[in-house]
Amino acid sequence: MRLTGAQALIKSLEMQHVEVIFGLPGGAILPVYDPILDSSIRHVLVRHEQGAGHMAEGYAHVTGRPGVAMVTSGPGATNIVTPLADAMMDSIPMVVITGQVPTTAIGTDAFQECPITGVTMDITKHNWLVTDAQDLPRVVAEAFHVATTGRPGPVLVDVPKDVSNALMDWYWPAGIDELDLPGYKPQTEGDPEQIRKAAELMLGAARPVIYAGGGILKARAAEALRELAERTGFPVVTTLMARGSFPDRHPLCLGMPGMHGNYTAVTAMQKADLLIALGSRFDDRVTGKISAFAPDAKIIHVDVDPAELGKVRRPDVAIAGDARVVIEELLRALESLGLGPVGGPSVSGDRSVRGDRSVRAGSVAPGSPAEGRPDLAPWMAQLRAWQEEFPLTYAQEEGGALKPQLVVEALRDATPHDTIVVAGVGQHQMWASQYWKFDNPYTWVNSGGAGTMGFAVPAAIGAKVGRPDKMVWAIDGDGCFQMTAQELVTASAERIPVKVAILNNAYLGMVRQWQELFYEERYSEVYLSPDLPDYVKWAEAMGCVGLKVESAEEVAPAIEKANGIDDRPVVIDFRTDAFEKVYPMVPAGASNSDIIVGPSGGEGGR
Amino acid sequence: MSPAVGNQPAVIGNQAEGTPPRHHIVTAHVENKAGVLARVASLFSRRGFNIFSLAVAPTDDDRFSRITIVVDVESAPLEQIVNQLDKLVNVVRITELAPDEAVECEMLLVTVEAGPAGRDRVLAHVEAFGATVVDEGDEGDEGAGGAGGAGGAGGAGGAGGAGGARTGLMTVMLAGTPSSIDEFENLVRPFGIAELQRTGRVALPKLGPGAARGRDAAPLHSVTGGIQGEAG
Repeated sequence: MRLTGAQALIKSLEMQHVEVIFGLPGGAILPVYDPILDSSIRHVLVRHEQGAGHMAEGYAHVTGRPGVAMVTSGPGATNIVTPLADAMMDSIPMVVITGQVPTTAIGTDAFQECPITGVTMDITKHNWLVTDAQDLPRVVAEAFHVATTGRPGPVLVDVPKDVSNALMDWYWPAGIDELDLPGYKPQTEGDPEQIRKAAELMLGAARPVIYAGGGILKARAAEALRELAERTGFPVVTTLMARGSFPDRHPLCLGMPGMHGNYTAVTAMQKADLLIALGSRFDDRVTGKISAFAPDAKIIHVDVDPAELGKVRRPDVAIAGDARVVIEELLRALESLGLGPVGGPSVSGDRSVRGDRSVRAGSVAPGSPAEGRPDLAPWMAQLRAWQEEFPLTYAQEEGGALKPQLVVEALRDATPHDTIVVAGVGQHQMWASQYWKFDNPYTWVNSGGAGTMGFAVPAAIGAKVGRPDKMVWAIDGDGCFQMTAQELVTASAERIPVKVAILNNAYLGMVRQWQELFYEERYSEVYLSPDLPDYVKWAEAMGCVGLKVESAEEVAPAIEKANGIDDRPVVIDFRTDAFEKVYPMVPAGASNSDIIVGPSGGEGGR
Repeated sequence: MSPAVGNQPAVIGNQAEGTPPRHHIVTAHVENKAGVLARVASLFSRRGFNIFSLAVAPTDDDRFSRITIVVDVESAPLEQIVNQLDKLVNVVRITELAPDEAVECEMLLVTVEAGPAGRDRVLAHVEAFGATVVDEGDEGDEGAGGAGGAGGAGGAGGAGGAGGARTGLMTVMLAGTPSSIDEFENLVRPFGIAELQRTGRVALPKLGPGAARGRDAAPLHSVTGGIQGEAG
C-alpha cells in the first residue's frame, strides 16, 4: 500500500491507539492535517501551542497513556518547549509531533525554520528528525516505546514537509525487535541480592518511613504500595507528585513532606532510621538542606532510572527497577524472612475507618528473622503525637477576608471523592495539595519539578478529555490563570466542561510571601489587581459561566451551582485574603529540622 | 602558544604518586546517527561534568562510532557520569577504564621554531622519541607532505635539511602515551612553539585478567552494585 508520509504518520498514531491529538496547524505541518479529516482520531484545536502540550500532559496524568500533541515548525515548535520541559521534569509520557521545513531548506534559515531537535535535546527523553518517509511508522513506534517504558518522558518527532508529502510503502513494526533502538533497554526487575538486603533492613527498622514518589503512579504501583505499607506497618509520606498514590485517609498515611509539607511528614523523615524511597528522587523541595536531611536514616532507594540512585543522597541499598515490580519482589523477600500477610481484618482506607488510628501489620512466622523485628508502636505513638500537636491550621475570621484554605476545603467536601484536581504553581497549588484529601490515584494533576505557571487550565482540559466521566476542578491562582486562560475558548468550543476555581489574591502570591518573609516586605512587581481583568466578564467572553465569590457565606452556594453545570466550563473568581501565607514552611536552603509551622514564627523543631 | 593545550594534559600527566587519579576514561559505543556527538556533549555541559578531552571516530562496524572521553571525576562521581550517559538512547555500550587498566595513545602535531642553531638539538629529541618531521616548509620536497608520516624520524629529518634552514620552522608529529607526549612537548618548548595541536587520547583496555568493565546499556544492576560497594 502506497501512502504519503502524512497518511503513514496518522495511520501510525491510529496503530498506537491514539484517541486524541491536541494541536494547532501551520505551514510545515499542513500535509499531516489533511488525513486527520479521514481519521478516527479526535483533534482538539488549541488556541496556543503551549496549551496543546499541557493538555497532552493532563491527559497522560489521569489516563496513564501517552498524550499526543501536534504543532507546526518554528514558533509552533518553540511554543511547546515549556510543556516538554515540564513533562521531562515530572516523567510524563508525551509524544509531540512537529512540522519542519523541507529537508532541502533545513539549515538555510527558511521561513518558520527552527532546529527544534537541537532546542529540545536536553528536555526530551529522546527526539527524532525524520528524513525519509519510509522511516515514519518505525520512528512513531519507537517514539511511543521510549515515551512509555522505563522512566516515562516526553519525546519529539520532527517531520519535514517534503517527508510528509513523499510516498512510502506502508508497513507496521511487528514488535520491539523491529525497532532500531540498540541502546535502549530499560530495566524493570530489581537485583535479587539488593532486594534481600532491603528486606533485611526493613525488618531491622524501628523508625521507618516509606517515601513514596511520582514513580508509584507511573508504575501503577498504588495497590502494591498499600500492601507493602499494611504488611510492614510502615507509615507513608506521599510527595507532591505522589498525592493520591496512598489514601490520605489511611491510618498509615502521613501526607506530604517537603518545603510546605505538614510537620509530621517532614519530621518523620528527619527522625527516621530507615527511608524506603520508592520512585522518588530526593528533590531539593523535599530534602531541604541536603547535608542535614534525615541524618540518622539508612536509605533504600528504588528507581527505574539508575541515574537517580546516588545522584543526591548515597543509598545503602540501591535497586534499579520498576516500582511495582520491585515492591512485589520486596513483599516476596519479606515473606521468605517470615513476615506474612496482614492477619485479621485488614487495615482499610475507606471512610469507615477514618477515626480508627490503630494499625495491624503482617503476621510473623515463629522463629523467623521477622520475629525479632523492633516494635513500631513507640514510633507510631510519636507520629500520632506530632499529628495532634501540629495539624495544618488556618483561621477564618467571621466577616473577615475569605481564606483560600476554606475554599479548598469547601470544594473538597462538595465534590465526588474521585474528583480530579488540577493545580498551577504557587500558593494555591500548595493549599490544594495540603487541604484536599486524595483517596484515589490519578486524581491529582500538577506541575511539580518544573513549576510551570499556567499549567492548570490546559492540563484540566486534557484531563477531562481523558476522563470525561469524572468531575475535573482546576484550582488556579490569578497569576497562573492569566497565562493560559485562552484555552477556555478551546474548552467551550469543544464542549469540555472543566471547572476553574481562581484563588484570586491579586498577587503573585508565593513571590509576595517570599518578599514578605525574606526581603523585608519590599514588594517588587508582585501586585496584579483583583479587578483587572474582570474574571467574570472574561470567562463569559470565552463561552464559560463566570461567578464571583467575595465572602465565606457565598462559597458553598457558588460551588453547588458550578457542580450543576455540565454543558460548558465554569470559572469562579474567589476573592481571597492577599496576606495569607503557606505554612508550614522550610526556608530555602534551611534544614528540614528548622520547619516553621505557623505565622507566629514558632519553630516546631525541638 | 595555547595554554589550554599546554596545561590540560599537564594536569593529568603530573599526577602525584599514590593519589587517586583525577581523570577516568569512558568509551561509549554510539549509534552512527546525526547529532549523537551533540547529545553527548550537551549532556556533559548540562550536568556540569568536565571533559579533559574527547575523541570520536567510526569503528570497524559502520553503524557505530566510538567516543573516547577523558572525564574529570572531581566534577561528578564516575557512576553518575556513566549512568547519565547510559540514558542517552543512542549510546549502546559504555566501557569505563581506570588509567591503570588502559592502553592510552595520543597524537601531537607541533611546529617548532628551531632556527638554524636549535635544529640539531630538536632533531635529536625527534629521534629519541621516534617522532617524525612531517613539514619543513619546503614545497618542493615530496617527502615532507602527507607521506612524511610513513618515513622514520631520521629519514625525514635528513630529507628536509635545506628547507628547515630556510624557514627555521619544522612541524613534528608524535604518537605515543600522553605522558611521553607531555615530556616531548616540554623538551621542545624552550625552542619556541609556533603552533601545537593534540588529538586528545584514545584508549583500549589492557590485555590480561580483570582489566575492562564493558557493559551494554542493559545490565544496570551492576551500576547499583557499584554504588553498594562504595557505600558500605
